[in-house]
Amino acid sequence: MSTVAIDLTCVRKSYGDKIVVDGLSFAVASGECFGLLGPNGAGKSTIARMVLGMVAPDTGKMTVLGEPVPARARLARARIGVVPQFDNLELDFTVRENLLVFGRYFNMSARQVEAVVPELLEFARLESKADARVAELSGGMKRRLTLARALINDPHLLVMDEPTTGLDPHARHLIWERLRLLLARGKTILLTTHFMEEAERLCDRLCVLEAGRKIAEGEPRALIDEQIGCQVIEIYGGNPHELSSLIRPYARHIEVSGETLFCYAPDPEQVLVQLRGRAGLRLLQRPANLEDVFLRLTGREMER
Amino acid sequence: MREGYAAVMPANAYNWVAVWRRNFLAWRKVALASVLGNLADPMTNLFGLGFGLGIIVGLIDGTSYIAFLAGGMVATSAMTAATFETMYAAFARMRAQRTWEAILCTQLTLGDIVLGELAWAATKAVLAGTAIAVVAATLGYAAWASILYSIPAIAITGFVFASLAMVVVSLAPSYDYFVFYQTLVVTPMVFLCGAVFPVSQMPSAFQRVAGLLPLAHSVDLIRPVMLGLPAGGIGLHIGALCMYAVLPFFLSIALFRRRLMR
Repeated sequence: MSTVAIDLTCVRKSYGDKIVVDGLSFAVASGECFGLLGPNGAGKSTIARMVLGMVAPDTGKMTVLGEPVPARARLARARIGVVPQFDNLELDFTVRENLLVFGRYFNMSARQVEAVVPELLEFARLESKADARVAELSGGMKRRLTLARALINDPHLLVMDEPTTGLDPHARHLIWERLRLLLARGKTILLTTHFMEEAERLCDRLCVLEAGRKIAEGEPRALIDEQIGCQVIEIYGGNPHELSSLIRPYARHIEVSGETLFCYAPDPEQVLVQLRGRAGLRLLQRPANLEDVFLRLTGREMER
Repeated sequence: MREGYAAVMPANAYNWVAVWRRNFLAWRKVALASVLGNLADPMTNLFGLGFGLGIIVGLIDGTSYIAFLAGGMVATSAMTAATFETMYAAFARMRAQRTWEAILCTQLTLGDIVLGELAWAATKAVLAGTAIAVVAATLGYAAWASILYSIPAIAITGFVFASLAMVVVSLAPSYDYFVFYQTLVVTPMVFLCGAVFPVSQMPSAFQRVAGLLPLAHSVDLIRPVMLGLPAGGIGLHIGALCMYAVLPFFLSIALFRRRLMR
């Protein structure tokens, strides 16, 4: 097994005049969790589909698990598990039948599938639901079944397109915990997300995308330190322009986004002193996060 | 580009079986209703036309009208079973149910999926066609052994019409477009191809058109077998049906690639 799981070189894709992926290059090492982070329409899903060989790039070179893609994508997919953006489980089948049918798509015999089903059900915390119809499961359970289904062929690489979108916080945390377990077992994960928190918690490295272009790449902490490197004060209410001139001397950088003023301050106390006593202001002091990085790099907040 | 098309063709000779088995499992859950639904229409035609018109028509080519009609109804029911399974059920699996999308994430290719769907639709055609033949044999309009001999012809009829319908599915933006195929292609074929009356009754121009249509070749294969008559031009009929099965199959894969993998 090569140590590079995914290798993209100068990949471009456009639909008519619209460029969706614009000269993108990145490499994902075996065993790491690599995130594609960006707003809706940044090209994340297209890239995930390209990696699976479902979309052919206009130009550029792609290698996935040592196979040239899309030409030999089928052989790569034999060792990939996919969690798609929208559930596509068999609603009329039971949980067990879903796993059986999916195992057959990998040429697994009924006996081979039965051998792994108990472990997968335990992993997905669906032991008590083995014979329930999928239509009866909650959203979080369906997502966990989709995750278990993706593991049926014991894949080396998992491709996950927005795995927790649409889940409530409890269900989301459960998925995150399961994903960390998979990483501990040595799986490689390619994850697309627009949740900064998800990217920060799970990803070893990530690539920030905007309009199909890479605008930053690196470890989440390193990106935050590099781009921001200090505390953030969010200020709501008041006139952003008046306020920004007031605190500018004490701020490294100021961004205005809508009605919110983001003040990046090496010494937050100084800024707070300036604002003390002003009526109608709400202040929030917090450590910098990826949201700030995105705002800094693009001049706008991430659309959700 | 050529490499791109090669990558979506069936990967091997057995991958399609997994798709067939998925459809079989889904069908097993609703089998009774499905069988009744598939049989009601051709049965109504067979008895309604057979007994009703049979009184007026008398003998055709030396056999009773209902015996003549039985062969035509076997071919027609195979055609409609395969057509409808593909147009409605396979289209739903491609679109609303996202079944194909899930399968495309595995080591199966688009070609494997299409082949599995065709094999499944042909299976349903065999069920529907054979059931009519069994009824005909029970009533004494066909020899029991003839059912066995007609099954291969019924199966290939199923493949042909599944394959043709697959092209329609690959092009249709929504269910609404299937009506055109049904009313402009499928239904006229029943009357043009000798299913309900002999082709020789039509003007010669129509007879030439009928010679090009797949259902005519199916009827010409199945009817003589069921009536225990010698059949002519078997090689030509089988060759024509194979063309109608294979060419649309590859065409539909190419069209699906453009539709689903862009």
